[in-house]
Amino acid sequence: MRTSIDWEALSLKAVFGLIALVTLFVLVAPTLVILVLSFTGEEALQFPPASYSLRWYLALIDANELRDAFIISIKVAAITTLVSVVLAVAAALAIARSRSAFARALETLFMSPLILPALAFGFATLMMFSLAGLRPSIMTLSIGHVVVCVPFVLRTTLASLAQLDPALIDCSTSLGASLAYTFRRITLPLISRGIISGGFIAFMASFDNVPVSLFLQDTRTQVLPIYLWDIIQNQLDSRAASACGVIVIMTIILMVTMERVAGLSRFMK
Amino acid sequence: MKGAATAQAQEWRLALPLALFFALFFVAPLLLLIWISFQADRQMTGSLGLAQYAAFLADRLNLQVLIDTLLLGAKATLLCLIGGYPLAWLYTRVSARLQALLIFLIILPIITSVVVRTFAWIVILGRRGMVNEAIMALGLSSQPLHLLFSETGIVIVLTQVQMPLMVLPLITALQRIDPNLTSASLALGAGAWRTFFKITLPLSLPGVIAGIILAYTACVSAFVTQSLIGGSRLLYMPMLIFQQAMDLQNWPFAAAASMLFTISVLLIVGLLVALSRSRAARLYG
Repeated sequence: MRTSIDWEALSLKAVFGLIALVTLFVLVAPTLVILVLSFTGEEALQFPPASYSLRWYLALIDANELRDAFIISIKVAAITTLVSVVLAVAAALAIARSRSAFARALETLFMSPLILPALAFGFATLMMFSLAGLRPSIMTLSIGHVVVCVPFVLRTTLASLAQLDPALIDCSTSLGASLAYTFRRITLPLISRGIISGGFIAFMASFDNVPVSLFLQDTRTQVLPIYLWDIIQNQLDSRAASACGVIVIMTIILMVTMERVAGLSRFMK
Repeated sequence: MKGAATAQAQEWRLALPLALFFALFFVAPLLLLIWISFQADRQMTGSLGLAQYAAFLADRLNLQVLIDTLLLGAKATLLCLIGGYPLAWLYTRVSARLQALLIFLIILPIITSVVVRTFAWIVILGRRGMVNEAIMALGLSSQPLHLLFSETGIVIVLTQVQMPLMVLPLITALQRIDPNLTSASLALGAGAWRTFFKITLPLSLPGVIAGIILAYTACVSAFVTQSLIGGSRLLYMPMLIFQQAMDLQNWPFAAAASMLFTISVLLIVGLLVALSRSRAARLYG
């Protein structure tokens, strides 16, 4: 008997496998480049660096503007996450079980900031605040961020509500528990992973937002990504590398933690 | 029964805070944007008209920027699809442990700051960066290529930056396909490629369309990547709107440009949604 090789199946696997590996390499490479580059000992940014040191990380200690921008970004991201989670979770509870057209329309409205060019929305918000006499502040920044971050929390919360067995709620209420008690003891624990994942994505999205912040910040409330954008564009300061290194390390640590705590990746698909 | 009805009525009210927030800070600004885009003159004296739209469309340069932006998104999205589909395919065919690693590597870029990722590419694509060093070492070119500040460079970087948005819905779609269908196709004598094009690809179309919509809308409005990699020589709609609004303080013109940009993007998204509905109707009857 002759063992025949299925060349066609093999060629499909070879082509797809090869492209997949190239894509994976391209996806991961920039993160690795940043990590290596942030430890450069040189003045000029070149990859791979000729020598390694911690000098640019140490230089971050005296970088006051950078630190101020970082603190503003963290504050805005924290407020944004808190408000987004409260508003989006409540809305998700309201529309998850409804089959009405109105509920679907609301869902579409709440999700639409994902599709609309964020820059147009940021500009529109600037005009409104400006005509209302409101000056740029942490509050205006947070309001703009909440609108673009709500979809992330809404999506993950709706996904976990869809997996929640409604019989559990009915059991609890028919046994005499109040709606508030049922929410606290049954619903909330079962959807907490979705809420935490959504909150994390919202936090990172706010921390990283440029298109909305561009219009809603001023010099007193400059956020970190715009500060970095500015120094990368204008002087290519080597401190940008170590600041980016800090962000990458922080992101990886938070992501691993979130994966452990809340199974983040299940909610990203 | 009555208890359930009141519970439903009470549940409804939970959507009110977010609905109110969106009415105030999402719908109202957008309505204001529309209204300002119809202001006839720059000082916003109140007379309405289509002057701003006419001014935008009459200038060939502005129109070119709009077309360039829409095409840039199409090129990067196509590259995302070509590179991302095999990666999603690979994900569905490896062990659970490898899947956990793969999904981590796919999600990491999307969580990592866009500014950070774009910064990495500036170093990689620069005149003395990795790519040019490799090209020159291999003797493919004697001069360093101008990858930075070129459209090719922006397309490459946008592809990497927005790739996860394409891969994630593709993974979901591919996982939903009943493996018996491909087995049946193979057992009945269709080859691997034919099975892919006749069974797997058509059944994964909802994921393809979802991925295209997410990646495309992100690519056209990717202000950071466009401006950092494109430099001041290449102009796209987000930067044009920003310059008109902030540097020139020409709100009505910037508003009209925002409207034309948004409408173009929404039209393309609408077309894609219609396409996926008609395909779904043909597939599932």
